[in-house]
Amino acid sequence: MSISWYLAISAIVFALGAGGVLVRRNPIVILLCLELMLNAANLALIGFSRMWGNGDGQIFALVVIVIAACEVTVGLGLVVALHRRRLPVDVDELRELQG
Amino acid sequence: MSTFVFFVAAIGAITGAVGVIALKNPYYSVLSLVGHMISLAALFLLLRAEFLAASQVIIYAGAVIVLYVFVVSYVGDAAPALGQDPGRLAALGAFACGGALVVELFIAVLGSGLQAIGHDGAPYHAGFGTPGQIGTLLLTRFLAPFEIASYLLLIAAIGAVTLARRRGGLDDGIEGDAPVLELLDVLRPRPAATGTMAEAGGSRGMSEP
Amino acid sequence: MSATAAAWIVLAAPLAGTLVTAVLFRRLPGRSAGWIGTAAVGVSFVFALITLARIQGIAPGARELTSTLWTIAGTTGVDARATILVDPLSVLMICVVSGVSMLIHLYSVSYLDGDRGYARFFAYLNFFVFSMLLLVLAGNFLLLIVGWAFVGAASYMLISFWYRRTTATSAGIKAFVINVLGDIGLVLGTFFIFKHTGTFDLLASFRAAPHVFASGSGDVTAGCLLLLVGAFAKSAQIPLHTWLPDAMEGPTPVSALIHAATMVTAGVYLIARMHPLFQLAPAAGDVGALIGCLTLLVAGTIGLAATDLKRVIAYSTMSQIGYMIMGVSIGAYAAGLFHLMTHAFFKALLFMAAGSLISAMGGVQSLDRMSGFRRALPFTFGCFIVGGLALSGVPPFSGFFSKDSILLFAAGRGGWHWALWAAGYVGALLTALYTFRMIFRAFLGDPCAEARELIETGHLHHPEAPTNPANGEIEDTDVGFPGPVHAVAERALPMRAAMSILALLAVVGGIVAVPHVTSWLDRFLAPTFSDSTITGNASNTVLAIGLILGALVSIGGIALAYVIWVARPQLARQAHARFAPLATLFENKWYFDELIDALVVRPGAWLGRFSQNTFERLFVNGLLVGGSTGLVRASSALVRATQSGILRVYAALMLLGAAAVAFYFLLQS
Repeated sequence: MSISWYLAISAIVFALGAGGVLVRRNPIVILLCLELMLNAANLALIGFSRMWGNGDGQIFALVVIVIAACEVTVGLGLVVALHRRRLPVDVDELRELQG
Repeated sequence: MSTFVFFVAAIGAITGAVGVIALKNPYYSVLSLVGHMISLAALFLLLRAEFLAASQVIIYAGAVIVLYVFVVSYVGDAAPALGQDPGRLAALGAFACGGALVVELFIAVLGSGLQAIGHDGAPYHAGFGTPGQIGTLLLTRFLAPFEIASYLLLIAAIGAVTLARRRGGLDDGIEGDAPVLELLDVLRPRPAATGTMAEAGGSRGMSEP
Repeated sequence: MSATAAAWIVLAAPLAGTLVTAVLFRRLPGRSAGWIGTAAVGVSFVFALITLARIQGIAPGARELTSTLWTIAGTTGVDARATILVDPLSVLMICVVSGVSMLIHLYSVSYLDGDRGYARFFAYLNFFVFSMLLLVLAGNFLLLIVGWAFVGAASYMLISFWYRRTTATSAGIKAFVINVLGDIGLVLGTFFIFKHTGTFDLLASFRAAPHVFASGSGDVTAGCLLLLVGAFAKSAQIPLHTWLPDAMEGPTPVSALIHAATMVTAGVYLIARMHPLFQLAPAAGDVGALIGCLTLLVAGTIGLAATDLKRVIAYSTMSQIGYMIMGVSIGAYAAGLFHLMTHAFFKALLFMAAGSLISAMGGVQSLDRMSGFRRALPFTFGCFIVGGLALSGVPPFSGFFSKDSILLFAAGRGGWHWALWAAGYVGALLTALYTFRMIFRAFLGDPCAEARELIETGHLHHPEAPTNPANGEIEDTDVGFPGPVHAVAERALPMRAAMSILALLAVVGGIVAVPHVTSWLDRFLAPTFSDSTITGNASNTVLAIGLILGALVSIGGIALAYVIWVARPQLARQAHARFAPLATLFENKWYFDELIDALVVRPGAWLGRFSQNTFERLFVNGLLVGGSTGLVRASSALVRATQSGILRVYAALMLLGAAAVAFYFLLQS
């Protein structure tokens, strides 16, 4: 299969993730959508790695996985904290931090 | 054969992604993400990234998804109340954005005249993408990013504990005087029942008052 | 000890005195601050004499010593060094300045007794002496400017010494503003010279000047004219003289020290010091001579009409400095400095005597209220007579020789300088008239109430409540106003000692330069002025005529004053009525204050009001400040509107931004 196919899949998944972030209001689902976007990026990175026969892209993808794990940890910690404090688990309701 | 696997995996990945954003119940969204992850791992394998594929399945489909499932179960009742219609205009705008993004990325990736992406990539040689090669790279050329990533994970773990712990941390101001964290507080033993790590280990605190 | 080391100590002593009295002002008991200040200046004077002795031991051709303590800034084209120049001119100046200052400090020890600002006064006074010595010892233009500005500042502080008197503070501000005008002239003039010679060093500038300036060229003339502006402001020459009479608001020793003996002679010193430049710019010298001549006449006429005792002496100072400026401008350097020296003696003496008299009057300064103090204050009267005779130029008092040597030089120059010569004798007549008008009115005639009190009961008159002599406001005797104690020379030994020494000097001071007999001063100053190309050797006939004329004019003036104000008092009233317009003109000081007010102050005030009311409010506040704040406010309101707090809007904006960046690169490729 040509590499361009993988890149096309990556683009579609990325756009789906981005659309999900914009549409959904549940912070957990928004975190899931962020995972989608990061995974799309990973796919592209591994595609490029394959294209050049070079392992660097895979290391890059590994780092992205680490960052995704961090983001999930902190994000889910926030969700739990929100729930603890009886705050609405809804990003549209959490708008005190405006200018 | 590989073409067939590719299409199956690609359809699986896209379907999983659509499922994540379309399903109302966050629990189903999480399960949909598992399917997406596994399909993606198959794609990684097709790209000869064996180690990455394995990590994808273990870290994501395993550890991370378990975390999600726990949190969704914990938040529980609050979740169904959420996820109302986002408003038709907003949804339309979001999909217009997403569509425009796809078109732009397609043009960028496919129409950019990069010759190399038109074929199957560089010739395969043995050892590419194996844990051995990744390990060598991580401990030679990418030692610094590797170490930094480990610190990042540590910091994220501490941050998550601070955020989600039972009391203290971000003070809810019930006691009236907000405690100010100082550098030496790290060394000082905390009072009992404040959700310290030591308590979790059961080594101290519970027996005191 | 070398001459330059002694000169550095001359500078350091008063500075140390300033620091000690200023730092310890709360802890110094009684009169100790006064004695410390006097001792500091005394040390300075002793070392000035050592400098004088040491420089006499050097060959005449090599009597130009410089000493650099450190380099302040030395880069290409700028050589700013802490350098002093010790040559006969500066040695003469430091001797006169430190000597007269020491006597005035001594006088002040008693005179300021009881004042709540006693230590502060001596700190200021020592600072002033330091500044003046710095000015005259400066070896380059920068130190000269520093000393010049310090002197102005010290003058401001001392005039405003009684700072709760509104008249004193406004007089101080006036003096400071006009002095700063002079500072600007000096700095700009320095720049004109520095631009061509490329050095700040005085001697190097003078050596380079003939090579870089064509004689009479525009730049050197402009530079010298600007230096003259500085000299006029410091030395109270027309039209920058109006601060000097007002400066009489300060304590009387200040008037004696600053406004008679030392500071106002800085302009004379400046012209003498810069003589190699002025010789390249004859036009500037002519301007100086004319202004000096004008000042001596105008100030003399105002002195005839003034009724405030100290102001009469102040106008007399202006007039005498007119002589000196005229002298050094026409090239009579030694004669001008000779007059500077003798004037310092007798004018300080007159001011001290005036201070004693004012004390006896309980602070009142008006001549109209004084009379008949001859028996009440015999010592003061004697000092007044000696000072008055010296000032009028009666032979053989010191003023006689010094004034005549300037006029003699003018006669020797010939040409239009004969007019200056004639004006000088007219001025001498005026001098004798106003001096003895003052003395006769204050000391002869029937004793006034204050004088009678002093004679009959032996008590000094103390008014019910102290008042400001300028505007009659009631005062107290706390800090910021004069103290409760009044001191007359008859009862205070330090005052009497200082005045006696000055009286002696006023009598015999002329001996240093009697024409053809003792030309010590001329010979002493010769190394400094050896490069002077101007000569004014008058014939012996002219010399004889001048001396006889000078003696006749002064004695005649005194006799005339006696006739008008003592023998036939109605004559004064008749003259006053006969020449009413002239009297009005003199009494109003030739309307110089009003002229400056109309030409400078009012337009300045109008411009300030315009700037404040119109320009500041409409343009700056409205357009610039208001415009920019409005712009910031409007744009921040715009940005704030996007901060809705809705997370998804932020995400959408971020996505759009990323997409836009990608799109840009897409278009680029």
